[in-house]
Amino acid sequence: MTAPTKVAAELTPDGTERQGRKSRPKLGRGPAHEEPWAPYLFISPFFILFAIFGVFTLGYTFWVSLHDWSLLGGMDSFTGIDNYVRLLDDPRFWKATVNTFSILLLSTVPQMIMALILAEILNDRLLKGPHLFRSGLLVPNITSVVAIAIVFQSLFARQNGLINAIIQLLGFEPLNWHAGRLSSHIAIASMVNWQFTGFNTLIFLAAIQAIPLSYYEAAMIDGANRFQRFTRITVPLLRPAILFAVVLSVIGQLQLFAQPLLFGAGAGSTSGGNDNQYLTILLYLYSQAFQQPFRFGYSAAIAWTLVLMSALAAALVFGVNALFDRREDRSEREHRKAMARRREVAR
Amino acid sequence: MTTLEQPTPLRSRRTAGSTASLQQGPSLHRAMRSVRRSWLKYTILTLAVLVSIFPFYWMFVVASNSNAVMSQFPPRVIPGPNFIENARLAIEGVPFVQALTNSFVVAATITVSVLFFSTMAGFAFAKMRFRGRGGLFTFVLGTMLVPQQLGLIPLFILMGYFGWVGELRAVIVPAMVTAFGVFWMRQVVAGSVPDELLEAARMDGCSIFGIVRHVVWPSVRPGAAVLGLYTFLFAWNDFLWPLVVLGNNPSNHTIQIALRTLSDTYYVNYSMVMAGTLLSVLPLMVAFVLFSRQMIAGAMEGAVKG
Repeated sequence: MTAPTKVAAELTPDGTERQGRKSRPKLGRGPAHEEPWAPYLFISPFFILFAIFGVFTLGYTFWVSLHDWSLLGGMDSFTGIDNYVRLLDDPRFWKATVNTFSILLLSTVPQMIMALILAEILNDRLLKGPHLFRSGLLVPNITSVVAIAIVFQSLFARQNGLINAIIQLLGFEPLNWHAGRLSSHIAIASMVNWQFTGFNTLIFLAAIQAIPLSYYEAAMIDGANRFQRFTRITVPLLRPAILFAVVLSVIGQLQLFAQPLLFGAGAGSTSGGNDNQYLTILLYLYSQAFQQPFRFGYSAAIAWTLVLMSALAAALVFGVNALFDRREDRSEREHRKAMARRREVAR
Repeated sequence: MTTLEQPTPLRSRRTAGSTASLQQGPSLHRAMRSVRRSWLKYTILTLAVLVSIFPFYWMFVVASNSNAVMSQFPPRVIPGPNFIENARLAIEGVPFVQALTNSFVVAATITVSVLFFSTMAGFAFAKMRFRGRGGLFTFVLGTMLVPQQLGLIPLFILMGYFGWVGELRAVIVPAMVTAFGVFWMRQVVAGSVPDELLEAARMDGCSIFGIVRHVVWPSVRPGAAVLGLYTFLFAWNDFLWPLVVLGNNPSNHTIQIALRTLSDTYYVNYSMVMAGTLLSVLPLMVAFVLFSRQMIAGAMEGAVKG
């Protein structure tokens, strides 16, 4: 191996590739250093912090969840899986779970569809003022959830809320958005949709721009119209990006907290509404742990259940993705067979 | 409707005869269609941007009118003269300036620290060879999957043990270096620092710290700036953990906690709450106007790198 190839190998973005090479240089003799301790020193801060605030906390959460533990009383007694058993029997926990998933669906689905359409429109080299549109769409994403929740809370207010005012001006009865279960979910989901649609648009736009133009040219020669090009080329090739965005959204929305908390500003705001109609899992965890009666053990059990749910939800998304993969493989096989048949006929 | 009407003149021209117009027909057709399509495009995009911006406008409308005016039906939809008055009430209602200062201290410290430690670690992972590098880097990526919010309770217990509850360092220290920061800087260093430069610096007898300072840092600055912006943003907007750990000490509240207190205490006075909210998003708006290009590039690059 000569020097130039070595340099080329150095520049490959994936670090693991290089290690498999035969001409693997001696350890501690990279282009940049001779001190063998230097790399360990440089990466140590991350691992130290993670050891204290990452590994420890997750393990400790599990340990706490096995105890009857409160902030005031301290660790009381080992109760095994009692907290988990109680949790499964807790109607409020189940209500919070249903609410969380309902808001999750109401926010993820429309958000992804809107983002795909906007990305498709933005992907036009002849578009004037692309920067203006992109930054306009990204502005909501840099705003804090607290500020967003405050503004939307006022927009959806029963009295003097702008949305109800519009409904009234159109001649309909104003809605009590906070009171209904579905209506409060829609209001909270709209905060999430508003905040993340632009961000996902930019993610999808980046992915669309990575699709080779030749695919579109080939499709155009075959007479595919714009809509067909979007559904048959753009969307299938965007699947990894969509998967990435959906998983991020699912994991993020399962931890929905600030929006329902602030949506119920005023008395009893941690209950998620008079009837817990918009109580979410994390809000329930917070209200159990950091308010009377400060049940740490119980909320630690909620935390671990939430971790499990996130993992399951992510697995479900990946499973659906794999299903699509298989369907695509099948249709490709069929397509090949059809082509082969057509060739036979032509002969 | 228009799609049906469109072909008629073209067909009539085609029947009129010459080959020239026959060739012209479809292209004219296409041109007109593309004009109509671009009109639709700009309408949709403009609408989307208006929806994105409207809540900010509404924030200002509510914050600049008196609460009494906003309670009328139909509500006022244009700004009024009361912004200063409402802002003063908000600033006096909660320790607003103190909270802004706290947020700034927290976000700035976290940003500097994340940039420093992530650049070092990213440099090590990108350019140095050491035992266990591949495995350790995979481990760093793996930790990104661990939901951090869920360590809430033990983290709180731990902070109690350290005696840090109510102190700003309880928010700062756990965030001083992030897996995402290390990952991001590894990609940036790998993509922007040529090995020849490192070797040359080495030949000239530069120490490892000298190399980081004089060779690595100048080349990675644009990439680091994006990381810095987003780190500051997340620290500024962070809510749950600060609320949990600083909640009992009002003099150390961050701006997000102060906003929540404001909205919870004075929820009957929307104008005052909204004035405070507007003041809290203003610093980020200014930063966004200044750095929007980097932030958009960052969001798009982040997607590709992820």
